[in-house]
Amino acid sequence: MIADHLPALQVAIPLLAAGICAMLRRSVPAWALATATSLVAAAISAWLLARAASGGPISYRLGSWEPPWGIEYRVDEANALLLLLVAGIGAVVMPYARRSVAREIAEESHPWFYASYLLCLTGLLGMSITADAFNVFVFMEVASLSSYVLIALGRDRKALFAAYQYLILGTVGATFFIIGVGFLYVVTGTLNMVDLAARLATVEDVRPVVVGIAFLSVGLGLKLALFPLHYWLPNAYAYAPTVGTAFLAATATKVAIYLLLRFFFTVLGPSFPFAASPIPAIWIALSVAAIILASIAAIHQAGIKRMLAYSSVAQIGYITLGIGIGSEAGLTGAIVHLFNHAVMKGALFLLVGGAILRGGDMNIDALGGLARRMPATFAGIVIAGLSLIGVPGTVGFVGKWLLASAAIEQGQLWLAFAIVGASALAVVYVWRIVEAACFRPPSTEEFAEMPISMLMPAWILTALCIYFGLDTSLTVEVAGRAAALLIGGAAT
Amino acid sequence: MSAELLLAPAGALLLGAGLLSVVDGRARQAVLLGAPIIALWLVWQADGSAAPLRYMDLLLTPVRADRLSRWFGTIFAFAAFAAGLFALGQKSRLELVASQAYAGAALGVVFAGDLVTLLVFWEAMAIASTLVIWSAGSQARAAGLRYLLVHLLGGTVLMVGIAGHFAATGQAAFDALGPEAPFRWVILAGVLLNAGAPPLSAWLPDAYPRASYSGMVVLSAFTTKTAVYVLLRAFPGEPLLVWIGLFMAFYGIVYAILENDMRRILAYSIVNQVGFMVAGIGIGTELALNGAASHAFAHILYKALLLMSAGSVLAMTGRSRCTELGGLFQSMPVTTTCGIVGALSISAFPLTSGFVTKSMISDAAAMEGLSLVWLLLAAGSAGVFLHAGIKFPWFVFFQKDSGLRPPDPPPPMRAAMVLVSLPCIGIGVLPEPFYAFLPYNAGFVPYSGGHVIGQLQLLLFSGLAFFLLLGLLKRTETITLDTDWVYRRLGPALAARLVPIVARTWSGTESTLTRLAGRGLNALAFSYRSGSLARTRESGTVALIAIAALTLYLIVGYLSAMR
Repeated sequence: MIADHLPALQVAIPLLAAGICAMLRRSVPAWALATATSLVAAAISAWLLARAASGGPISYRLGSWEPPWGIEYRVDEANALLLLLVAGIGAVVMPYARRSVAREIAEESHPWFYASYLLCLTGLLGMSITADAFNVFVFMEVASLSSYVLIALGRDRKALFAAYQYLILGTVGATFFIIGVGFLYVVTGTLNMVDLAARLATVEDVRPVVVGIAFLSVGLGLKLALFPLHYWLPNAYAYAPTVGTAFLAATATKVAIYLLLRFFFTVLGPSFPFAASPIPAIWIALSVAAIILASIAAIHQAGIKRMLAYSSVAQIGYITLGIGIGSEAGLTGAIVHLFNHAVMKGALFLLVGGAILRGGDMNIDALGGLARRMPATFAGIVIAGLSLIGVPGTVGFVGKWLLASAAIEQGQLWLAFAIVGASALAVVYVWRIVEAACFRPPSTEEFAEMPISMLMPAWILTALCIYFGLDTSLTVEVAGRAAALLIGGAAT
Repeated sequence: MSAELLLAPAGALLLGAGLLSVVDGRARQAVLLGAPIIALWLVWQADGSAAPLRYMDLLLTPVRADRLSRWFGTIFAFAAFAAGLFALGQKSRLELVASQAYAGAALGVVFAGDLVTLLVFWEAMAIASTLVIWSAGSQARAAGLRYLLVHLLGGTVLMVGIAGHFAATGQAAFDALGPEAPFRWVILAGVLLNAGAPPLSAWLPDAYPRASYSGMVVLSAFTTKTAVYVLLRAFPGEPLLVWIGLFMAFYGIVYAILENDMRRILAYSIVNQVGFMVAGIGIGTELALNGAASHAFAHILYKALLLMSAGSVLAMTGRSRCTELGGLFQSMPVTTTCGIVGALSISAFPLTSGFVTKSMISDAAAMEGLSLVWLLLAAGSAGVFLHAGIKFPWFVFFQKDSGLRPPDPPPPMRAAMVLVSLPCIGIGVLPEPFYAFLPYNAGFVPYSGGHVIGQLQLLLFSGLAFFLLLGLLKRTETITLDTDWVYRRLGPALAARLVPIVARTWSGTESTLTRLAGRGLNALAFSYRSGSLARTRESGTVALIAIAALTLYLIVGYLSAMR
């Protein structure tokens, strides 16, 4: 039945659509195809999550080859939530894309943009769904190469430099990752994650595994922009076309974080317990540094997208901090914050994209008059901004509450203060936008409310910032079960 | 979510705030005045029987109604009405919306049955009140941001405390937190910050006077008093509070005496008055708690009245420095009269509301045998009369003639002042019906001979001190009439002597700390601006960082594997 093949279709449909898209030479059909594909992918991921939640993990054998020889796709609640996140963000961003892309990218490049987007979607979904360590690398390359194109299509010439730097560092990251996988392969002779976990338990010489862990940590650290390996991120986000920024910011780093969780808990966890290793201490230190230093950096940015990019580095710090705490509560907090941050940062980039649509890419100081001329956009920015700060009633609060509780549970009171207290820094950078939008004299006559096709998607994400702040059943409960699954290892 | 929740007292005002953001003209006035009346009705309708809400793994009780919450709910709703009436002509829509949301959030705190609901409304109050300050315009921007940051710091502390309490006990119920309750100190610190307690009292006089003429009336009513409410509920009888409260009382007096701006004087006097309440909560007997609760009630009234009076002066003259005002009684009779009623009330003159409430706290101290506390409370009372009871009306309405002849403010503002004056006097003249609703069971008779005479003596002599010391603060003061009088004379006299010294030392320390913190932040900021941390780096540099990270992981990996 077709339902049985949905795990494969989740990846195959965007891949095929990307090929077709590249052959379409016109903007609107390419956009329509990308949008339709995103919606289908989102529907499939929602179905997969429902299945995984009710019936346990789904295992799919590509080409009917038995694992561990063939490639296995494996969907449990941890990656099903991620699939839904990636595909869902895609489905929200695409309807928005047409007007924004028309403004920011030269007409003849539109099909390339949509094709790259679809390839990127394919790669990210593939990284999330596959249970084969080498297959992860393949999809990682698919996603990375296409995202270099997405970024390079930005109008500013600095976009080329940003894409180039991302290319170099992304390649370093991916290479480190595959070297790490190679070390694990050397000692176990297998690439299937479940099989890896089982065989690592019998490994006698642990030194190659230690080296493998080091390479995996740095490789994934680069990919997810863990401080101080984040330097590629601000420029990439700042100069990519808005749609690309919104999509990548909400999804790309999140998938890298998921891989980190998968490798450290499911694959390595049973034989090399994460909590017993020295890695959590390093991560907690780096995460706290990320939260504080990147927030301060955000405060000092002139460009609005760059500021939000630094804020992303800080928010990633919250997520890795939860992982560093390492308990089930910590992982739950990390996964919830991962989901929440995708929603709020997606919303913010889409809303800011409205200002850019009217006024061109801009500095925060040039936002004067925004509040009056684009009230709906501005209201959305305020709500998403409050969420970024972590005000109760928004998703940001839920994440911080869980992370702070997890820190307290581990007796790390100072971490709880750092987690909650750093919101004061977020206040300052969110306030900079609000201040400019409300109090500065209008710098441009161009501001007028976004067209409804852009406003709707932006507001859907904004509304989710509130919705998931009030109704936590999807996020917190699924994340809780996903965390239990990850900590429980591959045995389940 | 059940329908009962919409009928929570906070609901009426929050809904009103939503309406205010869209309606204009008559409808706006109707909402401004109607929503608080509905809220007041709901305060007495709410029974707290709404089903608990599940939120994450918490069970929330969003509405809990008992005598204490109704007591505070009543005065909050009344204050929202009076402030709405006073602000009827306020042009800033943002201020009206924020004010009503702020009052709604305060009611939310008062009716919160669990700590998480409390936290939600607590943060909502911080944001709404910041907007009230910001709506006054660009001169309020920096102070508003400072205010917001301090309150977010308080919110942080409170949130960590509540999260810790929940993690340790699995309970989120909002009840008395006994001495063994985990994280009670953290929660206490978060609450005290909102009360204006040391060492961060300065946020209050820094930010409130930047609000508009009507905004400050609203601000004075809620933030500190919700903190008093939470202290009453969660920390009755915590001995530390006695000393914190007394410190606040004297802090307020010292600075108010030195201050020139009439609204800053009144802002310091909020800290001072809340100090009395906090001290009462620290004493912790039923009488003292009743005293604190009723003093909060009375204080909201007379402080609103004083600020309305000062707000009218500001609105009509555009000035608020004592040295630029004076002689206004000739053209502003209503404002002057109401200001004097407020001044008498805050000074606890017999037949005013302050008298029948504050005496409960000092009597409770006496009954507990806390003679030093009683003494300091008495000295503090004298100080109140000095700074708020005489200084404010004297310099603003009398003193030298400034030549200003502004008329009384427009009818709604006058009506609001008269409306608030009535209970200030009414409660003082007929305290029994007021006492009948007190949240705790402790009877009290305010009008005994001893009380009245004691208080009158106190006021008389501090009044005398004011006029004697007027202009010659350096004067030596030696005459002692009677041992009984030592502290009563000494209080004000010592205050006058020590004020400049204490204040100078204190503000010296404060400014040194601020300067150091500022310098540290600047250094950090500089490293960003000049680019060492936020600069775009060469790809090679980042690759090197990656190699360094790899080396680090390898080293620690090997070290731990060898073990």
